[in-house]
This record gives sequence, structure tokens and C-alpha cells, in this order.
Amino acid sequence: MAKHEQVIVAGFGGQGVMLMGQMLAYAATNEGLNTVWIPSYGPETRGGTANCSIAISDKMINSPVVTRPDSVVALNLPSLEKFEPKLKKDGLLIVNDAAIKDYEYRDDVRLITIDANKEALALGNLRVANMIMLGAYIQATGIFKKDAIIEVFKKTFSGDKAKLMDINVKALETGMKLAA
Amino acid sequence: MAKVLMKGNEAMALAAIKGGCDAFFGYPITPQNEVPEYLSYHMKEYGRVFVQAESEVAAINMVYGAAGAGARVLTSSSSPGIALKQEGISYMAGSQLPAVIINVMRGGPGLGSIQPSQGDYNQVTRGGGNGDYHVLSFGPETLQETVDLVRQAFDIADYYRNPVMIAVDGLIGQMMEPVDLDNEIPKMDLPPKDWAANGKSGERGKRNTIVSLHLDTQGLEGHNLALKKKYDEMVEKEQRYEMIQTDDADIVIVAYGTVARVVRSVIETLREEGIKVGLLRPITLWPFPEKAFEKLPESAKMLLTVEMSLGQMHQDVRMVNEGKRKLAFYGRAGGIVPEADEIADEVRKLVGGSPA
Repeated sequence: MAKHEQVIVAGFGGQGVMLMGQMLAYAATNEGLNTVWIPSYGPETRGGTANCSIAISDKMINSPVVTRPDSVVALNLPSLEKFEPKLKKDGLLIVNDAAIKDYEYRDDVRLITIDANKEALALGNLRVANMIMLGAYIQATGIFKKDAIIEVFKKTFSGDKAKLMDINVKALETGMKLAA
Repeated sequence: MAKVLMKGNEAMALAAIKGGCDAFFGYPITPQNEVPEYLSYHMKEYGRVFVQAESEVAAINMVYGAAGAGARVLTSSSSPGIALKQEGISYMAGSQLPAVIINVMRGGPGLGSIQPSQGDYNQVTRGGGNGDYHVLSFGPETLQETVDLVRQAFDIADYYRNPVMIAVDGLIGQMMEPVDLDNEIPKMDLPPKDWAANGKSGERGKRNTIVSLHLDTQGLEGHNLALKKKYDEMVEKEQRYEMIQTDDADIVIVAYGTVARVVRSVIETLREEGIKVGLLRPITLWPFPEKAFEKLPESAKMLLTVEMSLGQMHQDVRMVNEGKRKLAFYGRAGGIVPEADEIADEVRKLVGGSPA
């Protein structure tokens, strides 16, 4: 199957959007695909907005800059407002709507809303909200199997961070279930 | 070897280690900080030298000293930091000292911004130091090409006894892309550094000195001509470029670095619309790849320069073109990377169509 996917992941600084995007780039690299991960960089701080774009393809990636994404994963309202208009028609929009009320979403996209904060707290740590979103994303796109992400987790959550493995796997599975 | 996913700055740092870099001297500046950060951890693992200097001026003079002692030396910075190093670079060219300089370009002038830019084209290709000198400089496109050139740059610098610069926009420094750091790259036959001032001549009373001062006019002119001969050799042998779908092109875009990648997307789109567009991609910024322009077909009636600055490389295109073809220019500045759509619209306008 030909693979070509451009996605933007955005949220508050500290929500782990950069890491979530990197997981996709690592999984793509492991599978021998071409990929480019680009972070927004600037005066970003915890609580400010941060985003990264990831292009994944089985062909050479020309423009590394993602301007018309196939998918947008938004973890907060400012990110939703900023990137929803850029999403391709019929594209995939996954939103953490924990603090979003009465938003009028585009009706020409595929929308998945998840209260990732509530789900993460139910697992015992708000900080895994990003991996819930990652689970939802791989489920909705089918771009990577769960095992491909678990392989990346094994490297990320090793050594001192090994204790974080279980909860992140659970978060991934939760997201996959919610997007199924 | 399998490809590894690395951030541009870190990949360049590791490539420098693999290229045989003995010593690094630098001073922090965004968006290149991961270069010194990575080297601060890893140089000592290889028994090599890492020093964070107190300023860019100090760093480049440390580079001068270590290069004079025969070491393979690296410094890295970003645009305003490179500006501060220009004096030292001129001295190194004058003293015929090799070094590799990584410039991760950001917006300017002055402190500008920390976002990606190609606004250093003139300071990269002309230099900001005094005197008749050149720095061999590369403007690679992908991370793979960047790391390959960083590894080769040490050989090239040693061969010519001249600074070599790798100039990438901030995006290449900040992005992650899979790279192979052990693939095959050309190796050069290098003469021993018998000029190095390292106290190892073996003969009492025979000492090497490293100077750029030549008070005697005849002597300096002779030195200038010797340097010129070296630069002529670079112009002859080092021009590197890539031509993409230029054979039947009516319009050829000239672009380097990240912009060239965006242009590749533009070509895909426009070719589907029947617009015959190609890309001439300089890989060396100095020497500017004049030879590539000689190879363009008669059909190419127009050249469009696209860059992340307001017409700096376009000046070189004008010089090489010598009035032969129609010229057009499109540039973005301030740290903005031009989008494929806006470049495509520019081409559509130029070929007489209407923007999509």
C-alpha cells in the first residue's frame, strides 16, 4: 500500500505534542519509510503553544514543510483554531476537547473528539493524554500497527523511564479503542 | 548501515566527529545550539576537544590556533554569530588554514529572528572579512546531503588549506530526518601538514609560522596571486549542482536548500498541469555552479530564482545569465519558508496562465 501522510500535531507546551510527533517519525524510520519531523521553534514555553509537523512517505519527501495536512491532531483550542482551516477537505481532525465547548467544527472533515485529559486522569497521569491521541491517530489512519509504536516506546521508555512503559501502552490502547 | 532518525543539528555534529574533527570551538546561538550541545557530550568520548568560548570572536581565534597546529577544527554558529567570526575567517584564508564552519541561518539583518532564512547568501559567498579571499561554501538540501558534506568538508578544507562553510537554513538544523552517517563518501588524497606550527619539525632552528601579515607589497601580491590560483582551482573543480527535469523545460527555477525541496513539489504539481518547469539546484554556493547554466536547453527561455532572501542569489544568476534569458525573482524573508502553492502561482503568472 502506498503511504503518504502529512500530519500536524499541536497543543500547549508541556502536553507532549513534540514527543507524540517524534513517535510517528521513529516508527516511520523503523519501517524504512522516509519521514521529516519539523518542530515549531521560538519563544515556546510551558503553557504556550507548540506544534510539529510530520511527513511520512514511501517516496522521497519533497517539500518538508506541511502546509495542507492530511490530518490534524489538536490538543487545545488555540491549536484547533490555528490548524483546522489548513486541513485538507475530507482530512482527519482529532481533537482533545477537554476544555473546548460549543465549537463549530468544519463539516467537510472526518472528526474524532476525545476528552483525553479525562481518559488520562482515569489511567492515573494527565501527562499521557498525548499517547491517547497517538493511539486514536494510528487507529483512525491505520498508518502504523500498535506494535510499531510499542517498538518505539521500548527505546523511549527505557532505563529510568522504564516505569512509564505500562501507562503509556495503556494510553495508546485507550486512544485506539476510542477511535475504533 | 541502517538509517537513524536524528535532528539536523545533532546529525551535523555527529557527522563532524565521523569526518575526523579533532576540536570544536563555539558559542551558543539559536537555531544551532544542538550542535555544541551534542559535541559537549560526545567529543570527550572520542578523546577530542570541546570548548565553549566566551564569544564568537574568541571561538574563531581558537579555531585559527588549533588549525594552525594542524588539527581538524569545527565551529558552528548562526547568522549574527557568523558575522562576528568574519574577521577570523579572513585571517584564516590569509594564513591558509583549513577549518569547517557550520552556519545554520536565521533571519536578519542584525539579530533578526531565529526562524529559517537564506539571508546570509552574501556573507556566505562573499564573506564579511577584508581582502581577496573566498570560502568554499555548500548549501545542501536534505539532511542526508548535509551530513555527507560535513564529513567531506574536512578533507576539502585540508586539501585547499582554506575554510569551508556548510550553510543551511534553520529548518535543516531543527528538523529530524533519517540519515545514514556511514555511507560511502569521496575521500581525497591529502598531503601531510608539514606547514603546521606544532613544534614537530624535528630540526632545531626550523620552525613553521602562521601569518597573514605581508608588509612587503610584492610579497603580498605574490601571496594574493597564489591564493587566486587556489580559488581558480576550486572554481574549476568544485562546482556542484543538480539539474532536475531541465531537459525539456520552458522555465527553470534556481533554488537551493530547503527552498529547492519545496520547488520539487512545485514541479510535480505544475508538470501535471502541462507546464514544463525544471529545477537548477546549486549545491556549492561558492563557487557558484556556472557550468550548470551552460547545460540548460535552448527551450529554457526564463529563469526564476526563488530564495528565502530578497534577491541575493539572484545577483549571481544575473551575472551568470549575461542577459541571455529572461529573469524573474520570488523571495520570502523574515523567517518565512515559501509555500509550494505560492511558488506555483508565481510560475503560472510568468507563463501567462492565471493562478489556480
